[in-house]
Amino acid sequence: MVVYLAGKMVIGSSKKVVADPIEEVRRICALVVDDDPLVRRIHGMLLARYGLETEAAENGKEAIDLFLSGKTFDLVLMDMEMPVMDGLQATQRLRGMGVSSMIVGVTARGLEAEKEAFMATGLDACCVKPLNAEAVISVLDELAKKLL
Amino acid sequence: MDVVKQLQRQFIDFSTSLYREGFVDDQFAQLQKLQDESNPDFVVEVVSLFFDDSEKLVKNLAVALEQQVVDYKQVDANVHQLKGSSSSIGAKRVKDVCVAFRSFCEAENHEGCLRCLHQVSHENSLLKNKLQTLFRLEQQILAAGGTVPVLE
Repeated sequence: MVVYLAGKMVIGSSKKVVADPIEEVRRICALVVDDDPLVRRIHGMLLARYGLETEAAENGKEAIDLFLSGKTFDLVLMDMEMPVMDGLQATQRLRGMGVSSMIVGVTARGLEAEKEAFMATGLDACCVKPLNAEAVISVLDELAKKLL
Repeated sequence: MDVVKQLQRQFIDFSTSLYREGFVDDQFAQLQKLQDESNPDFVVEVVSLFFDDSEKLVKNLAVALEQQVVDYKQVDANVHQLKGSSSSIGAKRVKDVCVAFRSFCEAENHEGCLRCLHQVSHENSLLKNKLQTLFRLEQQILAAGGTVPVLE
């Protein structure tokens, strides 16, 4: 079950919630994948403001390597255009690996055809950069539904 | 009016003018709202990251447009990056020039691209000066024992 603990979004076990809720909860983890350090900083900060634990990757390959190393993330913000491996390839690879995290595409381009192509790789949603508080809340609402 | 109140008034007037004159947009306000006690230098930090990036990109654009045979795809890629980072911090006037710049890249219009390059360089410098003034006012308010007003 997803609860808000001291204003932070966390996942808890419904079985032991009465006995000892603190031990059963963990913070939601997010991965920000973007080649722009400015965007990584801003999006990381936005998510941290809502209580998420965040990590960052500079491109799709780094993101895949993190998953392959055994890390798990509830949410991935995936930039579309990146060197080494772009967001489309990375999303396709992650879904092929069986990753079921919520993956939200983030693109500077608003062209519908490009967004549709990005969505077709296995995204849960696609947003235009830069994200604002409203967009993040909307993503977290969808994430909460997914985790329930 | 005491010193703190005077500085706070100056800050509010100056901030308001930045928005009114289109130097920054709502995205900048969002960044200001993200700053708190645990990240007191967040806005200065991201603004510094932006200017490191934008100054490098403007130099790259100048070099690219000086070439005998201009690679407009490369020029466009740099402008796209500058547009993206200016959007991220709410640098509206810089972003708006980038939009026009991209149209000239698409048309492979060298003169238009050069005009946009000069304009984007100018807007970038103007914005840097304006934000340095804003941050200086914030520091003065804090040094005088006041709190920085939050614009609604």
